[in-house]
Amino acid sequence: MIDVGMMHFLVLAALIFTIGIFGIFLNRKNVIVILMSIELMLLAVNINFVTFSAYLGDLTGQVFAIFILTVAAAEAAIGLAILVVFFRNRGTIAVEDISELKG
Amino acid sequence: MIQDVIFYIFAAVLLVSAVMVISARNPVHSVLFLILGFFNAAGLFILLGAEFLAFILAIVYVGAVAVLFLFVVMMLDISFGDLRRGAMKIAPIGLLVGLMLLSQLVMLYMAWDAAPEMRAALELPIDESVTNTEALGAVLYTDYFLAFQISGMILLVAMIGAIVLTLRVRPDVRRQQVADQFARRPEDAMEVKKVTSGTGL
Repeated sequence: MIDVGMMHFLVLAALIFTIGIFGIFLNRKNVIVILMSIELMLLAVNINFVTFSAYLGDLTGQVFAIFILTVAAAEAAIGLAILVVFFRNRGTIAVEDISELKG
Repeated sequence: MIQDVIFYIFAAVLLVSAVMVISARNPVHSVLFLILGFFNAAGLFILLGAEFLAFILAIVYVGAVAVLFLFVVMMLDISFGDLRRGAMKIAPIGLLVGLMLLSQLVMLYMAWDAAPEMRAALELPIDESVTNTEALGAVLYTDYFLAFQISGMILLVAMIGAIVLTLRVRPDVRRQQVADQFARRPEDAMEVKKVTSGTGL
């Protein structure tokens, strides 16, 4: 058992999650940085899962962190593929130009 | 004591690199700071005793996801400076939302406490006598078999989706068609003519 307080890890994860949310606001035109912000938020969630797993002595949290990692990898692959196709068709990735599906 | 020092070092570098990810002018720097942040998160996971997840984080996130980001950032020819214009107008709202969320989370953690009878109700108590990887492997293929298979299917669908999305069939490029070449017979390609000598065809 480690002697660093549980609160330390939880507050760290909350800070990273907040930074991720702020990153979406700060870079709201740049899809690539928005995707990176989402990765940061998923990392914060993973830190929370592993922290609770370690301090409560239950392995389930780590199992679910593996599944989160899987889904995050799939999401990044699909998101970047859509981005590449969009850039190939339109020559831009600015968020406000992505309005093709508007009725 | 030493664990406190290690925690603060990793946490500080992780926070600084997270801030740099969202604030760097050049997206390539953002990706590199993202990689630095993932490595420090892996260090924190090792501190928490989750070695397997730490290595998975280094291999999957740094080795695959971050490099994928790096490829895409370098492949797209965009002036990223234009994309930041007008961002400062909305930044105070983002700061407000972030601070509200942060204060709520911290308030929640202040008040949070585990129920005393919870220790008895643990699903998978951590056994200190086996390694982390061994313990995870023992449950991943048995208790969480279905979820594990579904995550494999998700990866397969993502892979096929990414290939289908980015595959480009270009009509102006003539590709070799091996089946057509083999199917071609001498009768299709040439005609034998009888030519009487001295007359020409």
